[in-house]
Amino acid sequence: MYPADCKYTKDHEWLKPLGDGTALVGITSYAAEALGDVVFVDLPEPGAAYKAGEEFGSVESVKTVSELFLPADGEVLEKNGELEAHPEFVNEDAFGKGWMLKVRLGGALPSDLLDAGAYAALVSAEAH
Amino acid sequence: MSKGIAPDLRPDGGRCYAGLEREPAVAELKKTPLNAIHRALGARMVDFGGWDMPVHYPSGIIAEHLAVRSRVGLFDVSHMGEIRIRGRQALDLVQRLTPNDAGKLKLGQIQYSAFLYENGTFVDDLLVHRVAEDEFLLVVNASNTDKDFAWAKAQAGGFDCSVENESDATGQVALQGPNSLEVLQPLVDVDLASVKYYGFTAGKFLGIPVLLARTGYTGEDGFEVYCAAERTPFVWDTLAEGGQPFGLAPAGLGCRNTLRLEAKMALYGHEIDDQTHALEADLGWMVKFDKGDFIGREALLKARDAGLTRRLAGFRTLEKRDIARDGMPVLREGRPVGHVTSGAPSATLGFNLGLCYLPLDLTAVGSRFQVDIRGRACDAEVIPTPFYKRAR
Repeated sequence: MYPADCKYTKDHEWLKPLGDGTALVGITSYAAEALGDVVFVDLPEPGAAYKAGEEFGSVESVKTVSELFLPADGEVLEKNGELEAHPEFVNEDAFGKGWMLKVRLGGALPSDLLDAGAYAALVSAEAH
Repeated sequence: MSKGIAPDLRPDGGRCYAGLEREPAVAELKKTPLNAIHRALGARMVDFGGWDMPVHYPSGIIAEHLAVRSRVGLFDVSHMGEIRIRGRQALDLVQRLTPNDAGKLKLGQIQYSAFLYENGTFVDDLLVHRVAEDEFLLVVNASNTDKDFAWAKAQAGGFDCSVENESDATGQVALQGPNSLEVLQPLVDVDLASVKYYGFTAGKFLGIPVLLARTGYTGEDGFEVYCAAERTPFVWDTLAEGGQPFGLAPAGLGCRNTLRLEAKMALYGHEIDDQTHALEADLGWMVKFDKGDFIGREALLKARDAGLTRRLAGFRTLEKRDIARDGMPVLREGRPVGHVTSGAPSATLGFNLGLCYLPLDLTAVGSRFQVDIRGRACDAEVIPTPFYKRAR
């Protein structure tokens, strides 16, 4: 249900290492469903750098707003400009067209990131 | 990702729903007779003031919002409270309890009104239905039902009438949108065209006794159908099926909130509460000082004579990215001068709306101020309300 090639935070972000020291970042389908219709995604410009757990932006849905936290140390290489015109991609395809940032990783991934199985267990515990 | 900072629906001060709230611990929550139907439809359920309620169905808030504006939506509002006041002095008690003039109501008419405290702030807002010369049905907010009933009972001493809480025995669905009449008409034994806006009538829905009221909380034409609690699933299923050719969509509390915001209808816990009084909430039109005494009259007279210091106003933010949310500070030249009571992107209008309390000299249409959105001072402008008004 959750892609095995991603790592997850307890705050429902995903990070997908691309194998060349870079990674894609987004929010999970569970998070997108919980937010409801996403109407705006506020993302930083390339060059911005963050520590793991630091806030990098926010996602606005009709009913609420949530901050976004980077799962690992990284520098922004690219933001998904498509989301400006199509924020609904986050709802429709959270792990694909709804990606948010491409980052250059600053080092080893934090040890507390979850694999897909552990994340599914977390979500299952939250939902019941 | 963190929890949203600004729950949009907060019936009574408590956090109601935001982004990643846990799904409700169902055993502790009250359920309407339609709970199983919502779950079968795949609704996202949330704790709404102690009730396990659908915030939206799989199509999402925006699609449901637009369905109500352009076609017809079906809402479960069985959580609302019903208080019946009946007896020789029923009118006298209602007049004492509410600021609007219930004496003006003819049989079959409804008025928007409130319960106020002595200081003019809100116990709740509500609808008063005149069922008979000596009988009134008051429909109140779900999360306030117990408080309202206790309040009404406490004031009723000395009045020759009964006060009954019929909430648990009563189900209610709201059919809202331009196609409402066409969906409902074939199923009922009354001529719905003869029921005026804010009018109601008793009738039969395929043989089931119902009360049919031409009211709603969306800014659209529509009907609120009251029936015995155990009959509610039948009424819902029949309307859902009969509404298919008319583009009916089940609609959750999420779009109910965005629809009522566009229509500038107050929500208890946001625009009105026990810290705001009726005049500053821009609800002076329902306060009838010359009808005789009512609870809160003295305080409101004093407030009126002293002059208001703040008033509720409608605004839009100027940038698409800037969505104001409940509780955010309102700034003038960097200094907080008020707060946002509700805010959301408007699916109908395409920009971001809000309601907020402003110093009186900032409330004129065209006035500019800022909203503190997570540390950024974002430009906003007072615009006319209601934001949305249906064509008649």
